[in-house]
Amino acid sequence: MNEEQRLTERMISMFTAIFGSFEAGIIYAIMALGVYLSFRILDFPDLTVDGSFVTGAALSAVLIAGGVNPFLATILALFAGFAAGCMTGLLHTFGKINNLLSGILMMIALYSINLRIMGRSNIPLLNMETSFTKIGGFFENIGVDSFFNGLLTAVGLGDSLPGTWGILIFMIIVTLVIKWLTDLFLQTEIGLAVRATGNNKQMIRSFSANTNLLTILGLGLSNALVAFSGALIAQQGGFADVGMGIGMIVIGLASVIIGEALFGTKSIARATLAVIGGSIIYRIVVTLALRVEFLDPGDMKVITALIVIIALTAPKIIEQSKEKKRKARRRQERLNMIKASAERKGENHAAFKSDS
Amino acid sequence: MLHLNQIHKIFNEGTPDEKIAIDHVNLTLNPGDFVTVIGSNGAGKSTLMNIISGVLVPDVGDIHIDGKNVTTMSEYKRSKMIGRVFQDPMAGTAPSMTIEENLAMAYSRNKTRTFRRGVTKKRRDYFREVLESLHLGLENRLSAKVGLLSGGERQALSLLMATFTEPAILLLDEHTAALDPSRAELITNLTREIVGKYQLTTLMVTHNMQQAIDLGNRLIMMDKGQIILEVDAVNKKNLTIEGLLEEFKRIRGVQMASDRAVLS
Repeated sequence: MNEEQRLTERMISMFTAIFGSFEAGIIYAIMALGVYLSFRILDFPDLTVDGSFVTGAALSAVLIAGGVNPFLATILALFAGFAAGCMTGLLHTFGKINNLLSGILMMIALYSINLRIMGRSNIPLLNMETSFTKIGGFFENIGVDSFFNGLLTAVGLGDSLPGTWGILIFMIIVTLVIKWLTDLFLQTEIGLAVRATGNNKQMIRSFSANTNLLTILGLGLSNALVAFSGALIAQQGGFADVGMGIGMIVIGLASVIIGEALFGTKSIARATLAVIGGSIIYRIVVTLALRVEFLDPGDMKVITALIVIIALTAPKIIEQSKEKKRKARRRQERLNMIKASAERKGENHAAFKSDS
Repeated sequence: MLHLNQIHKIFNEGTPDEKIAIDHVNLTLNPGDFVTVIGSNGAGKSTLMNIISGVLVPDVGDIHIDGKNVTTMSEYKRSKMIGRVFQDPMAGTAPSMTIEENLAMAYSRNKTRTFRRGVTKKRRDYFREVLESLHLGLENRLSAKVGLLSGGERQALSLLMATFTEPAILLLDEHTAALDPSRAELITNLTREIVGKYQLTTLMVTHNMQQAIDLGNRLIMMDKGQIILEVDAVNKKNLTIEGLLEEFKRIRGVQMASDRAVLS
């Protein structure tokens, strides 16, 4: 194999990996939007996510395996997630349990509930009609696949053609619609009150808003998105597993934090877009990291943790060093000024000159 | 408008720290009354505010607003009728939301919140109009985050948000105490202006005796959970700080604790 061939091969496998992580990233982005709702909007670090993600996956897998229309199954997963989030909200507001603890309690309870839903720890969906096989088929029929693959072949990536473009295009549309709906919701009267609940509870209560109900609503919506994402991931991956939610909250946080750091949070619309971007970038970073020879797929969690740690600390460190440099420069300027004025004074008793 | 009947509240009942916070207080505010409340620390002024607003429930006694018994009504329901401005300028607004969003939330106070847009074009025009009454130029900064405003600006906005929906009762809890003197004066003047404009029935707690004398048509003085002095509209006109201190000494037989009861 000559050098050129090896390079092309590398590029092709890289493209396949990035295509795959882009596709997964856009599905996980819905989960990340859910985490954004609880973590940023409500200021509620909600660990229910680890459980409700699986609830969505489990419910949709069981229903699809049982012959239910996959789209309907996915929508039902959304409602299951909503219920789970509302439970966490109830524990926190009416039960007066600390927010972290109510999330943990719900997460642990959901583990058993998910096992009950599935009846066993793993449900394969291979060779089943899922939302994605339907969509893939639809896109193939209208010729989208051959169009894009034609483009790829033209740029020399003809050996790495993805099986279907349908999933990616469909998911981009779905995720953007969800993002758009989230933006709209957060601008409504109720949405404003939900945001204020996370921002200043005392204030919004003094404007006759029931902060308990708003917290429950916010957590319900958040976990609805998470479960929806779980249902789609199960269909994309071809299985639901009771352990597939472990660390999901951290992945969600990673996406939110990376996105915010890279794309900014000027407005709600910008922030939600940033979260989606963060989710895709997170996937790509993990995929690339796993291509390093000595790392195993099992190392994914530690990579995730590292990414979050870096995303949390790096901006502060950069800010600090910038600040330091700025101060040093200021001091230097001052010193020069004093020196200059001292010299002038020595020469002709110049009047005191302040330059503040 | 506001009627407090035999309100009694004890903190830490049955423990060595037991403290009578409010001792069988009766108070009636007629429509349009602007009552200032003075008293030293621990006199029960803030507790009284919290009982009226529903943060605390009295052990004994009942509260009527607009003829309705609200004694056990929850805080958020009651706040349909009560506008509040807190001492902390940060407390009355949501910092990471914009000025217009904050106003929109205040605007929905006495309405049911729905899935309609919070800030519509029509409302924005209205918000701009009410903001102009603050003379702070905030009407040109509708989409600025409130966290970027200064303490005085935030408190002025809080005051506007608490009042422009014309609540039945306005509660001001030392709302100028955390500001520097010039800002405090600005807020005091705005308070006078706004309360006059909407004819709001107002209860204002203050540590500043001069402010208590200057503002409002009635004055009450609290000590140890009781209302020890009520000055009506006629006598309030001729009131001075010296007179008030004298009165306190006459009633209680001791000098008024001058910890934070500033004289200026």
